Formats: sequence, C-alpha cells, structure tokens
Amino acid sequence: MLAVDGVSKRFGGLMAVDSATLSLHPGGIVGLIGPNGAGKTTLFSMISGFVAPTDGRIRFEGTDITAEEPHRRAERGIGRTFQIVQPFAGLTVCENIAVGAYLRHAKRADATAKARDVARRVGLGAELDRPAGRLTVAGRKRLELARALATEPKLLLLDEVLAGLNPSEIRDIIPVIRGIRDEGVTILMIEHVMQAVMNLCERVYVLAQGRMIAEGPPAVVCADTRVIEAYLGHGAADRLKAEGAAHG
Amino acid sequence: MTARDLIPIAVLTLLAALLPLVVTSSPVLNFLVFMLIVALGAQGWNILGGFGGQFSFGHAAFFGTGAYVTAILQLRYGVNAWAGLVLAVAAGAAVGWVIGFLSFRSGLRGSYFALVTLAFAEVFRILANAASFTGGAAGLLIKLDVHPANLQFADRAVFYWLVLALVAAVLLLTRWIQRSRFGAQLVAVRENEDAAKALGVNSLTVKLRAIALSGGVTALSGCLYAQYFLYIDANIAYGSWISVELLLAPIIGGVGTVFGPVVGALTLHGLGEVAKQFAGRIPGIDLIVFGGVLVLAVAFARGGILGLLERLRDRGRGMVTRGPKEVSHAGR
Amino acid sequence: MYSPQIILEAALNGLMTGAVYALIALGLTLIYGVLHIINFAHGALLTCAMFAVWIAWAWLGMDPYLAILPLVPLMFVLGYGLQRFVIGPASHGDDGNILLVTLGLSIVLENLLLAVFQSDTRTLDTDYSFQVVALGPLLLSYPRLIGLGVAVVVTGLLWLVLNRTDTGKAIRAVAKEKLGANLVGIDVPHVYAVTFGLGCACLAVAAGLLMPTFYVNPRIGGAFVLVAFTVVVLGGMGSLPGALLGGLFIGVVESLCGLFLGDSLGQIGIFLIFIAVLLVRPTGLFGAKA
Ligand SMILES: Nc1ncnc2c1ncn2[C@@H]1O[C@H](COP(=O)(O)OP(=O)(O)OP(=O)(O)O)[C@@H](O)[C@H]1O
Ligand SMILES: [Mg+2]
Repeated sequence: MLAVDGVSKRFGGLMAVDSATLSLHPGGIVGLIGPNGAGKTTLFSMISGFVAPTDGRIRFEGTDITAEEPHRRAERGIGRTFQIVQPFAGLTVCENIAVGAYLRHAKRADATAKARDVARRVGLGAELDRPAGRLTVAGRKRLELARALATEPKLLLLDEVLAGLNPSEIRDIIPVIRGIRDEGVTILMIEHVMQAVMNLCERVYVLAQGRMIAEGPPAVVCADTRVIEAYLGHGAADRLKAEGAAHG
Repeated sequence: MTARDLIPIAVLTLLAALLPLVVTSSPVLNFLVFMLIVALGAQGWNILGGFGGQFSFGHAAFFGTGAYVTAILQLRYGVNAWAGLVLAVAAGAAVGWVIGFLSFRSGLRGSYFALVTLAFAEVFRILANAASFTGGAAGLLIKLDVHPANLQFADRAVFYWLVLALVAAVLLLTRWIQRSRFGAQLVAVRENEDAAKALGVNSLTVKLRAIALSGGVTALSGCLYAQYFLYIDANIAYGSWISVELLLAPIIGGVGTVFGPVVGALTLHGLGEVAKQFAGRIPGIDLIVFGGVLVLAVAFARGGILGLLERLRDRGRGMVTRGPKEVSHAGR
Repeated sequence: MYSPQIILEAALNGLMTGAVYALIALGLTLIYGVLHIINFAHGALLTCAMFAVWIAWAWLGMDPYLAILPLVPLMFVLGYGLQRFVIGPASHGDDGNILLVTLGLSIVLENLLLAVFQSDTRTLDTDYSFQVVALGPLLLSYPRLIGLGVAVVVTGLLWLVLNRTDTGKAIRAVAKEKLGANLVGIDVPHVYAVTFGLGCACLAVAAGLLMPTFYVNPRIGGAFVLVAFTVVVLGGMGSLPGALLGGLFIGVVESLCGLFLGDSLGQIGIFLIFIAVLLVRPTGLFGAKA
C-alpha cells in the first residue's frame, strides 16, 4: 500500500535521509528503528507531506503522492503523530480529537461522538473536558494517538509514542496499538523501546545515518552485525541493553 | 446550534432594541450607532484574528472598501443604496480573499502578516487620497435624500435598529462558526497549523474563507458608516484609526469569543466618553485611555473582559465542584 | 522630461533622506535582531525625541545638533525603562502580545503629545537650515549632507559596540541563543532592555538630524514607522548593514517616485516594495539572517 522508493532529503550539507526504500503491505505493524539522528522523523515527514524529498518517489495505494500537500495525504488515509507532541493547547481534549474526526464527519454531533469514542479507546475517557495544555506527558502522547486515529486512517505513522512513558504506562498502551492493528489499520512505528518493538512488530526497518541498512523480523535484525555496529557507533547499544533490562 | 446558543443572543438583542424607546437624545443615539458600527467591524476582525489567530493591523482595507464601494456606486453609477450594501460586502470579501491569498500562500504569519495588512491598508489610503475617481483628498459626499429605499432614515432610531439587527446577525454567524466544522478547523489552525494539516485540514482554504468572511463583515460596517454620516475621505475610510479600533475591541472584550467584540466596543467607547467628561477638551484623551487599556488587558487579562469574568465565575464555582475533582486527579 | 541633473539631484537628496531612514531603521532592526520583536512604538518614540529637540531649541535655545548629546542618554534611559518595566513584563514573552503592547504604548505616547502640544505643526530654524553645498553643478543641502555623514558614523559606532565591547558580546549572545545565554549567567532582561535603549538612542540622533530641515507634530512618527519597517524588511530583519543600505535605497526610491508620480503618490512605491518583499522574500534582499 505504501512504496517509498529511493527517497532522499538533504538539509544544507547534511544528508538526513539517503535514498531510503521501504514498502508496506496492508495490515500489520512494521517498525522503523535506528540511532538518534538517523533520519527516521524526516522520513515520516516526507511520507506525510511536511518535508519535500530532494530525490525519490512515494506512492500510496498505487498513486504517486510525492508532491501532495499534507492535508491531501490525510484525506487519502495517512495519519501521523508527532514525536514532539503538538496539542491544540487552548482546546479541550475532546475538541482536539474532534478536529481529526471532522475529516470524515461533517456534523458536529457525529464528530464529537467519534471523538468521545476514540478518547475512550486510548484511555482518555476521563479527561474529555480538560484543556489539552494541562495533560501529563503520557496524556499528551495518548492525545496525539487519539487525534490521528480519529481521522480513520488506513496507514498510521507513529513517531515514538512510547518515549517518555514509564513501564506501566507502556504496558497500558501496547494493547491499544495492537487493537488498532486488529481493525485493519496498517501501522508504521518509530520506536526506541526495543521491548515494544520485539513485542509488536512483525518486521522492522533499520535506518542509520540516513541509509536503510537492514530489514526483516525483529529478532533477526537485532542480531545483524551492521545494526549492532550502527548503534554501538553512536554508543546506543548500552542504552538498548539497559532499556531491555528495565522493561524485560 | 441549540436553543442554549440562541437565547442569549436573542435576549441581549431585544434588550438593546428597547434602548431608543428610552433614550431619545440624538447625541446619545449617534454615539450608540457609531459604537455598534465599530462593534460590527470588530466582529469581522474577530473572525480572522480571534478564531483564526491571524492578527490584522490593517482592517481599514476592508472598512474603507465597504465605504467607498457603496459611495461610488451610488454617486457615479446611480446604484440603489441597498444593492450598494450587498456589493460592498462582496467587494470586502473579495479584497480579503486577494490579500489573504497573497499573504497566506507565501506563508506569512504573526508579525509579518500584521505588517503586510497594515501596508495594504496604507496603499489603499494613498490611492484613494490621490485618485479623482474616489474624490481625492476632498472625499465623497453621499447625497442627502431621506428615504428608506436610499438607506437613509428620518429617525435615527431606525438606523440604530438596522445596525443592531446586523450585529445580531453576525453574532449568530459567529456562533455558527464556533459550532461548525469550519470553526473547529479554523481554531485548530490558530492553535497549531502543522498539527491541523496532519489531521487533514486544508489550512490555506480555511484561512482564506476566514479572511473573506472577515473582510465582508468589516466592509459591511464601513458601508453603514458611509451611509450614516454620508461623508467619507481616505483618512476616515482607510485611516489607521479604524484598523486600531477594530482590533482593540475584540482584544479588550475577549478575543475569539462570540460577544467579545461587542463588549469591547461598548467598554472602550464607554470609557472614552467618561474620560472626555472628566478631562474636557484635551484632545486625544480617549485614545490615551484606549492605549492604556490595551496594555493593561494584555498584561493582566489575556482573555479580555469575558475571559476575566469566566475566571471569576470558575473561581466562585471551584469552591464547590472543582475541589473534589482535583483531589481525585491527584489521587490517581 | 527631466534633465539628468534634476534626476541626479533628486537621487542624491533621496540618499541623504535615506540616511535618516537608515538611522531610524537601525534602532528597529537592532531591537528585532535581539529581542525578535517588532517594536510598534518606534514611530511614537521618534516623535518624542523630535519634540525634545524642538523643546531644547525653543525653550533653551539649544542648537538641534548639540541637543543630540544630552538626548542620546535620555532616550536610552527611556527605552531601557519601557522594555524593562512595561513591555517585557506586560507581554509574558509572547510575540503577538509584544506587538499589541507596543501598539498600545504608541497610542498612549502619541496622544499624550497631542494632549500637551495640540495638533499644531512646529518647525525650528537655524542659520544653516537652508544652506547648500555646491558639488560641481549640483547643489546639495548642507544639513542633509551632515545627516548622511552622521548616519554612516553611527552605524559604524553601533557595529563597534556590538563587536568590540563586553555588552555587545552579551547582546549578540542573547540574540543567538537566549536560553544558552541565560545559562552562562547573562542577565537576559537587562540585555534586552539595553538593546531597546540603544535602539531608542538611535532615534535621538535621527531626531536631531531631522529637525533642522523637517517639522514635528504628534502624528509624525506614523509616517516614519512604516518606512522604517520597509527598510528593516528590505535590509533583512536584524541586519545592521542591511538597515543602512535599505535606508539609503528607500530614500532614493521615495525621492524618485515623488519626482515622477507627484507628492501624493510618492510614498506608494515604498509600500509596494514593502509588500512585495514580504510576500516574495521575507528574509530581505540584502540580509543573510532569517
Ligand atoms: N528542518 C531541519 N533542518 C536541518 N536539519 C534537520 C532538520 N530536521 C532534521 N534535521 C537533521 O536531520 C537529521 C535527522 O533528523 P531526524 O529528526 O529525522 O532523526 P531521528 O532519526 O528522528 O532522530 P531521533 O531518534 O532523535 O528522533 C538530524 O541530524 C537532524 O539534526
Ligand atoms: Mg525522531
């Protein structure tokens, strides 16, 4: 359903993404991992239309969307969350989610109903009337997820929705993500929490210094020497191990 | 929209409509009409600035366009005043759309958008002041011909009711915006444009609709101004005074709220009159008050008067309902 | 049509007016570059300075050029105080708020002047107001020539202050990285206020240079403030050399537009440039800084 074909992005002298290729079939959860600064978020931004690639093509369900505006891609069914959460701080949780719901429901009553429904699913049912600006970190992450979900996407891009959460919060949200997959939404997720990646993803892509260096089932990829080197090079292997110990 | 949305608007409008039955002095009626015209223009500003978060410093561009279009159509082309009013609104919306298209498409926002609107208004002012078509520096005088068909009434109260009805109509329009998908998307763009885009909001279209609506409403107020005072020139119609008035009222009253612009216009001009009473003939005293109130409002009352009232109400209620709720949150 | 001599003279005259624009814009761009705010009260503060020069002349018999000397520290203190005690605290660090607070200030200042001095236009005359200097076949206004020289010198001085003094280094550090500067112990509100003060001090110089050939009334600042914004945007927000070049350029454009289009339409060229630059290249024509 999604075909990213040799896509590159150059910021001045920095090649943030260097002819990355990736393809997704409908259904399932695919991971995108890689050390800090590998270009993962930039790749997401190119898929969702916020950053224009310097090179390469992106196709969604057979259509070339490389030059399309972000809102058009959302209409097509590409939803995304932001790594740095972007709540509508002055609005309530319900109003935040309703903005997403309005994409497919023109009526206020329908959009609000949809928003409440989604809020309950991600565990924000009790916070509906709270200003989004007053949510906790975990709450904001859930809100990101809820808003994207309210657009009823076919493909959901999750950018580190677990970062900054404590183990019990992570344990709460993993079934939610799995539930979304079970409804037939295809998920591509960037994640540093390896336990979650192992747990959720059928397949992972590894990006390092802008290049796609490996692809396959998580267990296989993690044993790949190139991947270990990529992380070790950035001193991230220790962190992985530590996280593995903490959550495992 | 539900009955709860409509009733406050209906009640307040009816109450205001009774005023001319009590007050008959023409200076007071003049003052009330002028204030309502400002309130109407400010409601226009509020659609773009309040709900859309795009602060315009040049709404005179729309006010003046409304005033000039109606005056020129009547004077040069013999168009009926009511038709002139409709065309003035259309012209204001069109000018809004064009300015919006140019600025939003080049990604202008914040201070840059404020400056570019200011410059547009200034260009219009200079052109209107120089061209003979617009009467140049001498301005335009609409022929006095009192007849309802000419939008001129023997009784000031009738004009007051007309402006009041239009203010009420825009209150309804604003309430509708607040309750609609368009409004939700507009507010989303104000709060965070990128997040809105990711949720499928076409931010350019939404902002263009807002500025066209905003321009139309403000042009309506300019048209009424011309029709009431029957004289305009470039410094009145396109002058920076009106840009400032139209942005002050919503900010003082409560930016991005339905009643904010009306409350703000009322407060400002009320205060201005009081200052004039006290200070007598000192020129500019009302404006000194306006400027001071603006600084104070930004410093201490960011939601304007309505925001302040809401906070007071919440504090009053907080004693009863908020308390336990907060505790339960803390307990989790 | 016009002889080359008239055109050349108009261009040179514009260049000299432009020097004063540059001085006004210098203060504005400095404030923008460091505080990242648009100071809407800049025009009203200029009007204050111009009235101060007029008062010094009318009441104390002081030469307008000489009046610059005491006025520079006075305006600095005024600017420092305004930023430190009014604009900074009132705006809670929000961009839109700063715009509104400075707008409010400008309304207050302008109308205070109106209340005190009424709307009359005032001029002052010195024995050099109408002196000319002959440059070959061209006759150039002597006070304006002085204005050009002083503007260039002040730009240079400001550059030296920013690049060679400790205060200047602190200002540049804050401009680049506010949080970082705060961390290494720079008193950011103080630096902001100093910058604002310096911007206002530039206005003192501009006022002294303007008054021998110009007039003052309470609304005069408005005429300059948009021109100054244009210069700043043209030169690149925050760029000192940009402001100087932009000011000179705008002066010439205005003078030539006035020559060809007449006085009433003369200023339109400036605003059209302003709009065009904002729409096409908001980072400025000469400026490198975004
Ligand atoms: N707008 C931009 N301009 C310039 N450089 C950028 C921009 N956005 C990202 N970069 C750079 O591109 C590189 C890739 O960044 P990106 O955010 O995609 O990495 P990432 O893999 O998501 O990292 P992390 O795991 O820390 O989120 C980084 O070096 C970053 O500094
Ligand atoms: Mg990232």
